[in-house]
Amino acid sequence: MANRIMPRTDAVIVGFGWTGAIMAKELTEAGLNVVALERGAFRDTYPDGAYPKTLDELTHLQRFKLFQNLAVSSFTFRHGVADQAVPYRQIGAFKPGDGVGGAGLHWSGQHWRVRPEELALRTRYIERYGKAFIPDGMTIQDHGVTYEELEPHFDFAEKVFGTSGQAYRVKGQVVGDGNPFEADRSDHYPLPPQKTPYSAALFMKAAKEVGFHPFLQPSANASEAYTNPYGCQMGPCTFCGFCSGYACYNYSKASPNVNILPALRQLSNFELRTNCNVLRVTLDAAKRRATGVTYVTPKGEVVEQPADLVIVSTFAYNNARLFMLSGIGQQYDPRTGEGTVGKNFTYQTMATIRTFFDVGKNTNPFIGSGGNAVALDDFNGDHYDHGSLGFVGGAPVWCNQAGTKPISGIPVPDGVPAWGKSWKKAVKDSYVNTVSFDVHGTNMAYRDCYLDLDPDYKDQYGQALLRFTFDWKANDIKMSRYITSRALDLAKAMGPKSIQVVQKNFGDHFDTRPYQTTHLAGGTIMGLDRKTSVLNRYLQSWDVHNVFALGSGAFPQGLGYNPTGMVAALAYWAAKAIRNDYLKDPRPLIDA
Amino acid sequence: MKPTGISPSRRAFLRTALATTPATLVLAQQFFHPSLGLAAAETAPKAYQPAYFTASEWALLMSLVDRLIPADEEGPGALEAGVPEFIDRQMGEPYGYGALWYMQGPFRDAPAELGYQLPFTPRTLYRAALPAFDKAVQARFGKGLVELDEPTRDDAISQLQHGTLTIGILPPLVFFDQLLQNTREGYFCDPVHGGNKDMAAWRMINFPGARADYIDWVEQYGREYPFRPVSVAVTGG
Repeated sequence: MANRIMPRTDAVIVGFGWTGAIMAKELTEAGLNVVALERGAFRDTYPDGAYPKTLDELTHLQRFKLFQNLAVSSFTFRHGVADQAVPYRQIGAFKPGDGVGGAGLHWSGQHWRVRPEELALRTRYIERYGKAFIPDGMTIQDHGVTYEELEPHFDFAEKVFGTSGQAYRVKGQVVGDGNPFEADRSDHYPLPPQKTPYSAALFMKAAKEVGFHPFLQPSANASEAYTNPYGCQMGPCTFCGFCSGYACYNYSKASPNVNILPALRQLSNFELRTNCNVLRVTLDAAKRRATGVTYVTPKGEVVEQPADLVIVSTFAYNNARLFMLSGIGQQYDPRTGEGTVGKNFTYQTMATIRTFFDVGKNTNPFIGSGGNAVALDDFNGDHYDHGSLGFVGGAPVWCNQAGTKPISGIPVPDGVPAWGKSWKKAVKDSYVNTVSFDVHGTNMAYRDCYLDLDPDYKDQYGQALLRFTFDWKANDIKMSRYITSRALDLAKAMGPKSIQVVQKNFGDHFDTRPYQTTHLAGGTIMGLDRKTSVLNRYLQSWDVHNVFALGSGAFPQGLGYNPTGMVAALAYWAAKAIRNDYLKDPRPLIDA
Repeated sequence: MKPTGISPSRRAFLRTALATTPATLVLAQQFFHPSLGLAAAETAPKAYQPAYFTASEWALLMSLVDRLIPADEEGPGALEAGVPEFIDRQMGEPYGYGALWYMQGPFRDAPAELGYQLPFTPRTLYRAALPAFDKAVQARFGKGLVELDEPTRDDAISQLQHGTLTIGILPPLVFFDQLLQNTREGYFCDPVHGGNKDMAAWRMINFPGARADYIDWVEQYGREYPFRPVSVAVTGG
């Protein structure tokens, strides 16, 4: 029972990262009184990103200053439905965020749209390759929204983020040497592309030599001073090399804190409460309507916040956990295929190629900007024929000189011991003489990869941890290995002294120890049918119509690109539906 | 930096370390660094006094990290970089107490891919592992690690790494990984944490630390970056 009941508000937002901030801005513009609840601390450029203290690798990347403290809450993992799950006790494969800005404060800034065919992936593959092409147990689905519908929101998000990049095609006209596989755009990027560091320039030259189509990747790191549509200002990025894991000291990397919060803080109809951990969405007796949320403060006080509209905008999988803890919708069961909440948990399939050069190459990898890269889309999406390749999915390939730091980042060639004299010599010779690039692939959804509540392990508030049941499948490893083998041609064209390939082997199990990526998705997926999705195409709960859930939890499968651009566009898309339609007549926007 | 032999900072470090460490270690240090001698009693920085590790643990820790990153003509070793001081200081941080890890039970056996599943915090891990390791070394080599010559010390560490030296109930690789990770952290961290003394490890690899502004250097392809590193706490130039 609650210790305290707050005055009713029009809308309550759970989680203040990118999507929570976007929705707060949209709903306050619509005249609503908005209360945002963030489980973590207040954070801003000062003091969290203040120079020089922020440029401290140990504090940020090894001791996880801006990340979720696992002692408070964590997750459990197992590889199969019959296995015993155990806790994720130390941060490894992915780095969950918390605090104001969420993962949007300490992301890199790789700002992509989406490949249009990925939005209707199932339909596309069935039409082009036949139903039998989709392997047994693969549960890919369509998003239920088209690129054309999302395009204005991709465009606006780029303007809010101050994204730097080179367009290829605007309103049907080719306008420059951007990504030739990119879908049509309504406008240019708001800022020109950033400068190109040496690694990425070497990658571009070699990619052209082997016949690929490299381009300057869009980055939410400002190439010039910029003021966004909300009046928030950014300064030009100085390539300090401390993006991912850090708050930007320079107001150069887009974040909810820099690009949206300054506009919200001036409003009388907006309130941000920090250190408020939401325990559940409260529902009416019929479980058809949310009445608000219940949260706990650091003092242990349980507070009820009544609201007419509940926006669930926690990180990725946490939306599914909150639905489960609240009793919204039906838990997915992999044995029967019944239920939807927790279904289609996905990740991304990473591979890395490293090329080592003689001493004197001086690629200077400490120079870096998080989203800055040269990329190629030759193997992403489905613009090439998958028929003879025999896998579903694809991967962009990019050389992202984002800033390599010495504790976490110095690769050494294969065969070098992990310690001693020869390790030290290899580190000394390799650090400024290496070029690394990534194959950042899709991860398809499978019947037995899903989320539910762990029966044994609890968080600091006594609530069940989220349990991940997940493992790699042959389809995704096949995809990743094929594209990595093609990217190897590019590596050879660079003429290095040696090459190292880090990729998955068939039969490899998901390993929670080495960092891979924090691009997790699914669990509260969107779709066109309430029997197979948690949210409708407007990100509205099929079961409780005044609950909308934002973020990558809505993706039916793992995309090739990084998720943030898609997540932001979907938030604006949902906001438009709420503002233009739902508020006038609160109801299910799609008849079930 | 172009270090040759033992740098002045290493000499000063060892000098003060020798003045405060147990007799057996002094003898061992003399044996391994005969050029140093004990003649130098002139002014030297006060040796770091460990707050967490006992004298015997401290001697063993120094002996271990000295081999993980040895001093040579390429650059500083772990000892002169201050790695033991760094690790000792970390034991007093929330990290040392396991306050950054999920430490609720039950603790279960699981496939290695599912990560660390032991009830030990960094503090309790070192406390359990160091004497167990030394006991195992005694049993196998007839002497404690600090008394062994360098090739034999390397052999012992290698056996720890490959799991052929058992250290009581602890999986050897868990302790090895913890030690190696903390050693690399102390070697390459910002000096504000007590390691990477004089930023010598950064200078060895040409990492500029917290310089932060490279806008004029982004497109100077292949040119060696010429400026010395800066710390978040100390300005350089």
